[in-house]
Order: sequence, then structure tokens, then C-alpha cells
Amino acid sequence: MTTLPPEPQKKLGLVIDLDTCVGCHACAVACKEWNTQGYGAPLSDQDPYGDDPSGTWLNRIHSYEVKPEAGPAQLIHFPRSCLHCDDAPCVTVCPTGASYKRAEDGIVLVNEDACMGCGLCAWACPYGAREMDGSAGVMKKCTLCVDRIDNENLPPEDREPACVRTCPTRARHFGDLNDPESDVSKLVAARGGVDLMPEQGTRPVNKYLPPRAREAAPFSASCDAGSATQEAPVPTGRLAWLDRALARLD
Amino acid sequence: MHPAFSLIIFSSVSGVGFGLMAMLGIAAALEAAPSSSLLALLGGMAALGLAAVGLLASVFHLRRPERAWRAFSEWRSSWLSREGWLAVATMAVFFVFALTWAITGRAPQVLGIASAALAVATVFCTAMIYAQLRTVPRWHTPLTPLAFVLIALATGALALASVLAWFAEGRGAASVALVFLVLAAAAKVAWFAHARGATLERAGASIEAATGLVGRGAAKLFEAPHTGSNYLMHEMVYVVGRRRASALRKVAAVLGVLVPLVLLLATVAGLLPVKLLGVALLIQLLGIFAERWLFFAEAQHAVSAYYGHR
Amino acid sequence: MLSRRVAKEPIVDPSPHVSDEIRKTTCYMCACRCGIDVHLVRDGEGALKVSHIEGNRDHPVNQGVLCAKGSSGLMQHRSPARLRAPLKRVGPRGSGEFEEITWEEALDMATTWLGRVRADDPKKLAFFTGRDQSQSFTSWWAQAFGTPNYAAHGGFCSVNMATAGIYTMGGAFWEFGAPDWENTKLFMIFGVAEDHDSNPIKLGLSRLKARGVKVIGVNPVRTGYNAIADEWVGITPGTDGLFVLALIHELLRRGAVDVEYLVNFTNAGWLVIDAPGTAEHGLFARVDGEPEGAALVIDRRTGKPASADDPDVRADLQGEVRLADGRRARPVFALVAERYLDDSYAPEAVEARCGVSAKTIRRIAEELHSAAFDEPVVLDRPWTDWRGRRHDKMVGRPVSVHAMRGISAHSNGFQTARAIHLMQILLGSVETPGGFRFKPPYPKPAQAHPRPHAKCSPGEPLSGPHLGFPLGPEHLCINDDGSPRRIDKAFSWDAPLSAHGLMHMVIANAAAGDPYKIDTLFLYMANMAWNSSMNTSAVMEMLTRNDGDDYVIPHIIYSDAYSSEMVAFADLILPDTTYLERHDCISLLDRPICEPDMAADAIRWPVVEPDRDVRGFQSVLLDLGARLALPGFQDGNKPRYTDYADYMVRHLRRPGVGPLAGWRGDGEGAGRGEPNPDQLERYKENGGFFTSEVPEEAAYFKPWNAAYQDWAVTMGFYDAPQPYVFQLYLEPLAKFQRAAEGHGPVTPPASKAERILETFDPLPIWYAPFGDSAGEAFPLHAITQRPAAMYHSWGSQNAWLRQIHGENPLYVPDHVADEAGLADGDWAFVISPTGRIRVPIKRTGASNPNTLWTWNAIGKRKGAWALRDGAPETTRGFLLNHLIHELLPERGDGQRWSNSDPITGQAAWFDLRVRIEKAEPPPTGRSEPDGGHQASPVGEGPLNIAVDKGSL
Ligand SMILES: Nc1nc2c(c(=O)[nH]1)N[C@H]1C(S)=C(S)[C@@H](COP(=O)(O)OP(=O)(O)OC[C@H]3O[C@@H](n4cnc5c(=O)[nH]c(N)nc54)[C@H](O)[C@@H]3O)O[C@H]1N2
Ligand SMILES: Nc1nc2c(c(=O)[nH]1)N[C@H]1C(S)=C(S)[C@@H](COP(=O)(O)OP(=O)(O)OC[C@H]3O[C@@H](n4cnc5c(=O)[nH]c(N)nc54)[C@H](O)[C@@H]3O)O[C@H]1N2
Ligand code: SF4
Ligand code: SF4
Ligand code: SF4
Ligand code: SF4
Ligand code: SF4
Ligand SMILES: [Mo]
Repeated sequence: MTTLPPEPQKKLGLVIDLDTCVGCHACAVACKEWNTQGYGAPLSDQDPYGDDPSGTWLNRIHSYEVKPEAGPAQLIHFPRSCLHCDDAPCVTVCPTGASYKRAEDGIVLVNEDACMGCGLCAWACPYGAREMDGSAGVMKKCTLCVDRIDNENLPPEDREPACVRTCPTRARHFGDLNDPESDVSKLVAARGGVDLMPEQGTRPVNKYLPPRAREAAPFSASCDAGSATQEAPVPTGRLAWLDRALARLD
Repeated sequence: MHPAFSLIIFSSVSGVGFGLMAMLGIAAALEAAPSSSLLALLGGMAALGLAAVGLLASVFHLRRPERAWRAFSEWRSSWLSREGWLAVATMAVFFVFALTWAITGRAPQVLGIASAALAVATVFCTAMIYAQLRTVPRWHTPLTPLAFVLIALATGALALASVLAWFAEGRGAASVALVFLVLAAAAKVAWFAHARGATLERAGASIEAATGLVGRGAAKLFEAPHTGSNYLMHEMVYVVGRRRASALRKVAAVLGVLVPLVLLLATVAGLLPVKLLGVALLIQLLGIFAERWLFFAEAQHAVSAYYGHR
Repeated sequence: MLSRRVAKEPIVDPSPHVSDEIRKTTCYMCACRCGIDVHLVRDGEGALKVSHIEGNRDHPVNQGVLCAKGSSGLMQHRSPARLRAPLKRVGPRGSGEFEEITWEEALDMATTWLGRVRADDPKKLAFFTGRDQSQSFTSWWAQAFGTPNYAAHGGFCSVNMATAGIYTMGGAFWEFGAPDWENTKLFMIFGVAEDHDSNPIKLGLSRLKARGVKVIGVNPVRTGYNAIADEWVGITPGTDGLFVLALIHELLRRGAVDVEYLVNFTNAGWLVIDAPGTAEHGLFARVDGEPEGAALVIDRRTGKPASADDPDVRADLQGEVRLADGRRARPVFALVAERYLDDSYAPEAVEARCGVSAKTIRRIAEELHSAAFDEPVVLDRPWTDWRGRRHDKMVGRPVSVHAMRGISAHSNGFQTARAIHLMQILLGSVETPGGFRFKPPYPKPAQAHPRPHAKCSPGEPLSGPHLGFPLGPEHLCINDDGSPRRIDKAFSWDAPLSAHGLMHMVIANAAAGDPYKIDTLFLYMANMAWNSSMNTSAVMEMLTRNDGDDYVIPHIIYSDAYSSEMVAFADLILPDTTYLERHDCISLLDRPICEPDMAADAIRWPVVEPDRDVRGFQSVLLDLGARLALPGFQDGNKPRYTDYADYMVRHLRRPGVGPLAGWRGDGEGAGRGEPNPDQLERYKENGGFFTSEVPEEAAYFKPWNAAYQDWAVTMGFYDAPQPYVFQLYLEPLAKFQRAAEGHGPVTPPASKAERILETFDPLPIWYAPFGDSAGEAFPLHAITQRPAAMYHSWGSQNAWLRQIHGENPLYVPDHVADEAGLADGDWAFVISPTGRIRVPIKRTGASNPNTLWTWNAIGKRKGAWALRDGAPETTRGFLLNHLIHELLPERGDGQRWSNSDPITGQAAWFDLRVRIEKAEPPPTGRSEPDGGHQASPVGEGPLNIAVDKGSL
């Protein structure tokens, strides 16, 4: 299975809106919570109450300062999880066949029963989307919540990834990116969704919607980005407008 | 990348083992191998032993070693799987080769060629595990397998010379070792030249490309996702101190190349007894350890862009 | 290498079993109070165990979403820091050495201490509670006990917000109102990192983003909401008032004012007496000069004074009249216009101080103008106002605002919040479509709230509720000599309008015996030995201070659920349950969870039983009340309520009005009705909450809307309609000013008069935060922010959250770092006029250039929270609190004011001024000051966690 399947008909994935994400970590924790008792081994934590707490997470939220040429830095929150790449190098490098991409919908998964914990797939992934579980010693990654999206034990409205369900700013969207008519595809088209590290040749399915333009105008002679505005017309007589407004009411 | 002890031992020691197999096989192919059962026994055991130790070390790298056998399944696509197959095949063929030699006293030519070819292929596969990774720009070059193979052959040749010395015929092998040492050193110099330019940026893994925030100005990590550490940071966002790296680079150059080179030259020139070549091998091995440590530790992985590295 | 082929894939079960049962209750990982679906699975023995928690999609607060904290509830529920049994202190205070005792022993001990105090002098009990949501219950207990010394945490939290809002417009920001997310066209958010309405604000922002509505974030730091705002105004801390008054200057200049709204719904036309030097100067001219009479306005038809209550009178907003008694009077609006059109409020005059350019201020004013008036939201929804006038449409000004602690946690916060409300009201954008809307039971003006009560006598209940809204000096809680009645000096001349008390002053005052000594400090759910106190090291000293015979605070009783820092400083611990294990009541009598379109309340109920010897605190308080024979807690000599659940159902505050509004009486009653024994079952069936929609016609213009007023009465918010108009001009403040001039029977001592005169301006003013008096040696500001994924101190015991925020660097603006020679990871001394800390730093380019900041409450004391001693929270984590003194520097006359807003007593956390110097890394490897060590009464947590359904 380690070879990739033919291009799937369906390409399920996430669209993440960097314009809206406030970096609240809700999706990361919901992911941890759902998956700790979901697909495969629990997501474990090491030294959880000690000096160097760490654990396995399938989704992590970074934040970056982007410094434009003029003006103060802009802050952008950036959730990072598996992009379910079309040309997933993590799949082809796997010697055991544990790592595979589903022919049906393109979801990239690890068959934990076959994984020998070599870590090579994590090396092959440019996005840091794979983490070896500290206790189970098998490779963990975003499953796109395979155990939710078609789960008949969940009400239909809950058949979406845990991270999407919880995101309080609705910055995460789930759907079929191969279907140009899907909401996610339309969103990507409308907002100019981008691939991460396209030069890595992975052809990610997940897309990121870039932040829209921002204004920032803290005062300083050099970085006043406030757009110019013409002077408001100063009414003749200080409160001439008040007379008129009151007269209208009479 | 985290310089895991198991992987350093694996790649360097198995390299010597497979290099020795290759050299013994080439010697047989060129009919240059002495007809000594003892040599076959000793050399064969040494080669197989080194390869085995290396492979064993690699198993220690696995979190679920009991499933290592599964690694044979994906030879179609996985260099690691291919390496597994080839290592086993090499060791099997070489075992037959060495056994035949030991029993008959004569090194079988065809089996020698096969062993040598397989051994080189095995080392090539090992190297390809790394070289295939676009995520690690330093590794992602044909120079990686070239350097790996030449280093394996150089150490193999020196090993062969050291073993042969006890059969009083080591000087020719020493000359071969000398040649491979020079080639290996040249390959590694070329590799380092490549490595210098192999930045994350060039591999399309700048912070901006990694986050899709291109054309907005320079991006800098404001907050890592967790203040705590994680597997990615341990495994792939390993950072070496510059001083430490330059010290180790010197160690690698001096112990891995200069000292063996001088010793080999002196041996070939007859200034040193061939029997001392074993010492040269041990010294060279230390140099290779340093080289391998650097190979991992200095390699930047694309994911480190997410952690703010450039 | 990329050969593609179809291969056999492992079979993945698409429909694994999810859980055995879902129980719906209310989250309490923070005070937002989202609805949660707690999934439970049966363990080997058939017992139900929590497996995971999801948001309740039907819930009015969160509509299914959860924040990071909420989703980590499993780890809170399994926290190793949970207290296990009542504890009696055996080591010295602060040591954390305890002995487990039985509940009977614990309750005995508490009853003995409290009984003595009650019989002797009830004020010797100081009972203060934190961010619990049972204040209507705890205050009822305290009132029955008879101590005047009760309050919750609002004084150090955001009382400025509440007070400014309620006095001005009968409702406030905080969680008492919300922007009209569906209709607004411009949203300004001032000084908010997370706020209590964590998920509602995020959901709201997502709707704005979806509609492309502009968001302007005013905040010295550009994280979180400010990072996604379309425009960021990186204001200098403490100057928002000035910035907003400059916006008002511009709006007035442009005529961007909703005159009709002002005339109809505000006191803009009310006449203010202009008679300097007299007792009535600055008060409203009233019909017949009666102090309780209706205000007078200038009737536009006649130009003569007329009653504002006369429905036929249309008030003029300008001019001047002579009253019958010959005194001059002018409409409020004339004063507004005169004051703010002054050049001192021109953008150019304030830009340097605010750090916002005049150009930007002008442009924002233009945007406000255009959003409000170019595209009004008009709903075809007729409504009738309280004067009986029918309006055929609802016309709204779609500018909305939200503000929180960045505004309120300054010593000028009350006036700044007032300035913001003034701006909203001038734009006509409060309670109109697209603007800011109240959540029931608001609107409710100050006069509809109670006055504070503090007279106590042995063995007697207090004469009335502790907290309230004074309307003049006569309502202060002071003795005849002017000294404060309350231990926190609330409602005294120190902080006359301190509607939530001053919890941050309790320990300092009690330790100093000023105004008097107390016997027992009884705290609930507030980590007062640590992150909720200013000057933390000193507070720990005060708690352990011994005057020879005994501790100066002889008894400390504390209820916590976890092994916090405060636990170590108490003598008797009453261990609480966790939020999944108890009954709670999120009541309309308290801080409810309503939305602008619906009244709502909710419960918590034990979805799992505690596995430790712990009891819900409210039930314990009922038990104590009965043991102390407090009025209302007993029937005969039997406890009236078996437990809190029983209280929630059976208690009546007023006839027909109890803690829960849903399913009253026969099960059909909403708001009013007799107790219904099935009530809690009905809540559970409904998902743990109850809602009642505001009728469509009542949805906007609530303070003036007859339909709303009638609905509010049927819901039991009040017993008769309470229409009122917004108070641009705040007469109670003028009364305090007159008292400060020596008028009236109750006047401040000379030492306090001047400050009252200066700050109690009845129209919003800006004055420099008192912290600025630190002077030029402290050129920088230092503030904290709430991290979204951590809740104060109590998140650090959570194995998942502490991986995200296990330590907190001090963020230093690049140019400050350059000047101090600081690189990422360096350590620095941060020095305030009263303290010094040594902490790790990180550089940033995304903040106000003179503002340092860090995440709040990450630093922990060694031994607390079941963490190991080397935990990053104790080595690299730190509190800024060490730099913040609870008193302002001594003045010329030797007096020290509390570091609070002079009007409300709100703790001025963000006034802090500092300087920064590079430091060597600390030799101990720990940030400084070292908070000391406490033994852990609960041991330490496990070394590994891997929870799967099998291991539950
Ligand atoms: N520097 C700085 N300091 C600040 C602030 C700031 O902005 N900057 N903000 C201030 C503000 S607004 C606030 S509200 C305070 C908050 O500070 P605190 O009120 O002290 O809040 P917490 O740290 O959450 O501590 C509350 C205590 O309640 C306990 N607790 C948690 N759950 C339960 C429960 O179910 N039952 C019981 N009985 N106890 C429980 C916790 O274990 C903890 O000990 O901090 C203030 N301090
Ligand atoms: N996740 C999470 N949520 C919480 C809490 C928590 O601990 N964690 N705590 C809860 C509590 S108790 C409270 S009181 C609320 C408080 O909620 P917030 O009001 O959001 O409180 P802070 O985090 O103190 O945020 C204050 C904000 O004001 C900014 N600020 C400081 N000074 C100024 C100023 O002068 N002007 C302006 N414009 N901005 C300024 C700061 O940069 C910061 O962004 O949050 C509640 N919600
Ligand atoms: S993001 Fe990484 S793990 Fe996921 S499919 Fe792509 S390469 Fe594989
Ligand atoms: S860690 Fe597991 S999934 Fe990854 S490459 Fe190795 S065997 Fe395959
Ligand atoms: S899709 Fe599921 S597994 Fe993937 S990040 Fe979201 S919650 Fe985690
Ligand atoms: S939950 Fe949504 S807003 Fe929060 S970090 Fe995740 S994507 Fe961003
Ligand atoms: S905001 Fe988060 S922690 Fe607070 S109640 Fe809601 S889900 Fe719980
Ligand atoms: Mo608060």
C-alpha cells in the first residue's frame, strides 16, 4: 500500500482561514481529546506534571510576526496538521506499508498495527504532521477524523472533524476539494487559497486562506499608515447641524 | 535532525561491513584474493559481524522492533524496505561466498562479483533513505549516495588492508584504500559544498513558504505552539552549536581523512608496518562517527521553518 | 518513485462506538459557561466514566463550539491536584502541611469559629468569593450571617465596566451586552484579550468576517482578536479615554450625532443648574425644585422649562434658560458640545499622548460617521415606546463597540468606559439595530438596583444587600466619623461607587487592622495568596504575619477544589467538587448567560459522582448556615434545604421568583411561578439550560420599549416597568463633587475632597492614570493578557493546557530590546517603583512601542497544583503581580491611596510603569522573586498519561 493510489475521485481535506484564526488552540485540544480515545492508540503525554511536559498532538497552533516594510509587525496564527497530500512522500517512504493513502477519498492514514515506529515518514513530511507517540511507539497523525466523518453512531451534523466542529471562529472548513462545486472549493477559489511549500512537490489537499489586508496605524512619524482623509467640512457656526437636525424633528 | 546514536552506528559500522564485503568480493573478482581459508573466515566474519552490528543498531532505532520484519513489504517504493532486502541478500550471498572460500580455500569469482555489487547497492539504498528526502535539503543530492558508497568502500578497503596485513600481503590493499580514501574525501568535500548552499529557503521551505505568507514581509516565529517540547522538536528541529559543529568537522577531517591518509601513505611507502593499519581503521572509524554525527545534526529539516529557523 | 497502484487497504471501521451516554451540563473551565455534552463510557465494572466533552449545539452561549479549555475538561476532571478530603493545617501557614480530617470535624471547627464571630461582632468575618457563579446565594448567606464584609471578585476584575455602564445606560459591556453581530457594519473592540464571553465573541467575529464587516482593534498588543482585526490601533495604555474623547470631538464637529435619539432616549436635553458655589450646582433642575421630581428641559415650542416627562414636550439641546428661581441652567448636550469641541480634545492635541496619529483619529471618526449614518439599519418592525408613541420602524446605527479590562483595569477606567458609552450614545447605537444590545435581565438602571448596606449588629442579619449603586453621598457605607464600615473600604470616600467591593484590599487591610482587625477570613474560589493579589510576596507575608500571640488574621477558612497556592495559607480547607460532580445554578439573579434575543439560565449537575471525600461548596454553606441557625436556613431547627440542588428548586427570592426561571410552577411557568419539584429534571431533559425568547417587538430599544418592559415584568426581572433614559450627564457624580466642596450632611475629609472634585466629573473626562506618577524613571508600561488556552492559575494543573502555556516570556518591543541589549531568551530585570522581578524575555514587533506584556497567571509556586518542583511554571514562569503594589506611593500628607480607580475602587492592574535592564540568568535558574515552596497535600501527578476507553 505504500505506493500511492491512483488520483482519488474525492479529495477530502481542510481549508483553514488565516484571516479569521485567532490562535485560540481550541481545535488542537479538541483534536487531542477526540483522538486520544479514537482511532488507534491514545495520544499520550510524557512527564505531564513535571519539568518537561510533552505529548502527542495532531494539530498545533503556531503564531508568526510578519514585518512589512513599513509599519508594525502583523501577527498571524497558523494551525498546522496533516495536509493529506496528493503526492504524499510520507506514504512512499514507509517500508512496512503502515502509512497509506486511501484510494477512496485521499485520506492519509497510518495502520498502527503494522507500524514499526521507524520515524521515516515523519522525516519525509515537510509539514511536521506526524508525531511518534511517546508511549505506543507508533506514528500518529491527523486522520481527518475518519472515525467521525462517516460515523453512523453520530448525528449527521456531527459527522465532521472534531477540530472543525469546535473552532469558535469558524476558521476551519471541511469538504471535498476535488469537487469544484463544494463549499470548500468555492471558498478556496474566492479567497485565493494557497498550498504550503509547493516546491516540496507534495501537492497538498488542504488549503490555507491568506489573511486579508490589514491597517495598522500606531503613531510614529515613520510608520503612520493611516490612509489619508480629506478634512471634514467644518459647518459654519459651530453647531449649525444641530439647528437643522432639531428643526427636522419639530 | 537529531543525531541518534543508533543511526550513527548503523550507517557507519554497517558501511564498513558492506565495504569490506565489497572489497573482498572485488578482490575475488580480480583474482587478487589470497587462497587462505583463514582469511575467508576472518574477513567474512568481520564483514558479516560489522554489518550485523550496524543493522542491529538500526533496529534499536525502531520503537516497535518486533515489527521490523514488516519492513520487507514495500520494496516497490521504499528505500528503507529495499535496503532491508538488499542487506539480507548481500549478507546471504556473501555468506555463501565466504563459506565457499573458507571451505575450498579459493575465493569464488562470480559470488565475489555478486557480493560486491549487492554490498554497494545496499549502501546505496541506505544512502537513498536520506537522499530521497526533499525535506532535508542537505541530504537531497546524488552526492549523498556517492559519498556514502565511497566512504563505505574506503573504510572497507582499509579494513581489508588491516585484515590482509596479518597475511603479510597488505600493501597492495593499502594502496587501494588510499585511492578510495581520496575519492571518498573528494566526494565529501563536494557534498559539503552542496550542503552549504542547501538552505531551507532554496528547498522552498522558508518560513514564508511554509506558512503561505509570501510577499508580506519577513516572518518570524512569535510563539511556538507549545512551550513544552515535542517529538518534532527532538527529532527534526535539532540545533547544533556552531562551535561544536566546527570542532567536530575538524575531528572528522583529521581522524577520518588526514590521519588515515598519512598512515596509509607511510604504509604504502614502507615507513610503517602494515600490521598497524588496524589502528588507522579505528581512528578512521572515529572520524566517520564524527562525520555521521554532523550529517544528522547539521541537517535542517523543512519543519524547522515552522519553528522559526531559516 | 511515485508509482501509483490500487492496493488492498486495511479496513477502518467508519462507525466505531462513540459513547454509552451523553449528559448535558455546563462547562466551568471558565466563566463563559458554555453548554457541554459530556460523553460517558462504561468501565469494566459498569460505572460511567467521562470519555470526552463536546460543545452543546443547541446551547445559546456556544452553539456547539468549545474553546481549548473546555475541550481539556477531561484533564481537569482527572487532575492530580484535586483535593481529596477536608484538611486541617498542622504546619505553619504557607507550608502546605495538613492533616486530613472528617467533614464532621471540619464543619464543627468552622461552626465554632463563625458562631463566635457572629455572636460577638459579625464584621469580624470577611467572606469573599471569586469567580463562582453563585453570588446571589453566597451574598444571601453573608447577609443572613450579618457581616458587612462580603463581596465577590468584581472589584479587582472589571467593576469599572459594570459601574460605568449601569450608571450611564443601565447595562454594560463585560458579559451583560453584545454587539448586534448580524447587523453591525463597524465594530470597535477596546482592550479585550479573551473576556468572559470567550466563545460568543469568537462566534461573533466569525460572522463579521463572513460579512466583511470592518473590525477595529484598539489595544497596545496585536495578538488574538487584535491580530485578526482589519485595523489595529496600538494605543498607549491608559489613554483610551483621550482617544475616544477626540473621536467625540470629531463626531460633534461633523454633526455625526443622532439628535432624535438623544432627544428621545437620553438626558441630553435635561437642564443642569449652573450656580457655582451652591449645593445645587451641577445638579438637574427639577420640576418644582423637588429633589425626586422630574427633570426639566427647554421646551422647543416655548423656549421655557418644562417637565422632561411630559410626552408632548420636545426638548431643545442647546441654549440656556433662567429657572423660576432665577438660576441659569443649560441642557446637558450644550455642556457636552462645549466641552468636547474644545481644542484640547482635537486629534492633534491628543495624538502624542495616545500614540495614535491625528490622521488616524480623524479617519476613524469619519468611518464611524459613515457607518452610522450613511447606511442605517432599518427594520420594518413597529414598536411602541413607554410614552405610548408608536414607531413604525426600528432605525439603527450599525456601529458596535465592545470593551473590557484594557479599559477598566486603569485608575481612569470608569471615566474612560463612560467616554466610550457617550460616543456610542451620541451615535445612537445603543439598543438599536446594528449597535450594542443588552442581554436580559439588562437593561436595568442604577436606580433600579439596590443601595449598599453595611450596618451590622451581633447575632443579627444585615439590614439589606451588601452591594449596590449609591446615588449620592448619603448612600455611602461609612460611620459617623467618616471611617469605612467595610474591611475593604468599599462605599467609603476611598471608592464611593465600588459596586463590587474591593476584594484586592481585604488581606492588606485586615493585616494592617485598618479600618479594623478581623477574626476570620473565609474565601471561596479565589487564589488570593497568588495571582489574584497585587504584590504577591507581601500578601503571602501578610497571611503569615504573627503579632506574637497569633496570626494577625487568626482564622482562614478556604474552599478550593484543587491544591492551589491559597490552600497552603489557610487553616481549614473545605474541599469542593469539580464542575462535573456538582449542582450549580447559573441564575438570572446572578450573572446569567442570556443573549440579546433571549433570557437564559442553566444548571450544572453531577454527571459523575466524586470519587473523593469532597462536597459541593454551596451545599456546605447551606449546612453551615443551618448549623449557625442563620435566618432562612432552618425550618424549626432542621435545615431548610437538604443541599444546593434542593435550594435551587425551592428557594424563593421574591414571591414566585427563584434561582431558576425555567419550568416553574406546573412546569409551564417561565420566570415566575411556584417551585416545581421536577424542575431540575426538566433542565436536564432540555440540555441543562432554559431559554425564553425576547418577543420580536421587544428586541431593540429595550429601555424604552413598552413590549420589552412588559415582558421583563412577566419574566420577573422586576415587578413593574422600569423605563429610563440614558445618562450622558451623571448627576450622582455631581453630588459627590458638591459634598467634596462641603455641601450637604455627608462630606469627605479634606484629604479626600480634592481627588473627588477632580475625578467625579459628571461628564466623561480623561486624567492620567495614577501609575504615571512613577515618573520618568519608569518610561515603559507593563500589562498582562489572558491566554485563550489557559484560565488564570487553575489551568496549570491541566496536562494538556500546560503543554501550551507552561511558561511565559516577557514580550519586549524590538526597539526597547535593542536599547537594553536584549535578545530572545535573555533574562532581564523589570523594575517598578515598588518591586523588581528577573524574568526571561522575548522580542516582539507587534505591540505598542512602549509596552511590555506577558501572559497572565502562568507562574506558579513550588509544590502547588501537584506539579513537580522543577516545573517550567516555577522556573521560567512568573507573575507581574510582584511589581504591582496595592497602594499608591505615599503622598505629601503621608496618605497612601489604594491602587484603584478613585470612583469605583477597581484595581488598576494596568497602570503599572516600569523600566527594564538586562540581567544575568538567575543563579538558581528560577525567575525571581522565588515564591517559596509548599508541601503538596495531594502528592504529585503520574509520569505518563495515555487515556483510552479501555483504561478509563
Ligand atoms: N497581573 C494581573 N493579575 C490579575 C489580573 C490581571 O489581569 N493581571 N486579573 C485579575 C482578575 S480580573 C481576576 S478575576 C483574578 C483571578 O484570579 P483568581 O480569582 O485567583 O482566579 P484563579 O487563579 O482561577 O483561582 C481561583 C481559585 O479557584 C479554584 N477553583 C477552581 N475551580 C473551583 C471549584 O470548582 N470550586 C472551588 N471551590 N474552587 C475552585 C482554583 O483552584 C483557584 O485556586 O486575577 C486578577 N489578577
Ligand atoms: N482564556 C481565558 N479566558 C478568560 C480568563 C482567563 O484567564 N483565560 N479570565 C476571565 C476573566 S476573570 C476576565 S476578568 C476576563 C478579562 O478579559 P479581558 O478584558 O480580555 O482581559 P485581559 O486579558 O486582562 O485583557 C486586557 C486587554 O487589554 C489590553 N490593554 C491593556 N491596557 C490597555 C489600555 O490601556 N488600552 C487598551 N485599549 N487596551 C489595553 C491588553 O493588551 C489585553 O489585550 O477574561 C475572562 N476570560
Ligand atoms: S502533510 Fe505530511 S503527513 Fe500529511 S500527507 Fe502530506 S506529507 Fe504526509
Ligand atoms: S514510522 Fe511507521 S508509518 Fe512511519 S514509515 Fe515507519 S513504519 Fe511507516
Ligand atoms: S481532522 Fe481530526 S485528526 Fe485532523 S486535525 Fe482535525 S481533529 Fe485532528
Ligand atoms: S480553533 Fe479556529 S481560531 Fe482557534 S486556533 Fe483553531 S483554527 Fe484558529
Ligand atoms: S469558553 Fe471555554 S472554558 Fe469557558 S465555558 Fe466555554 S468552553 Fe468552557
Ligand atoms: Mo476577572
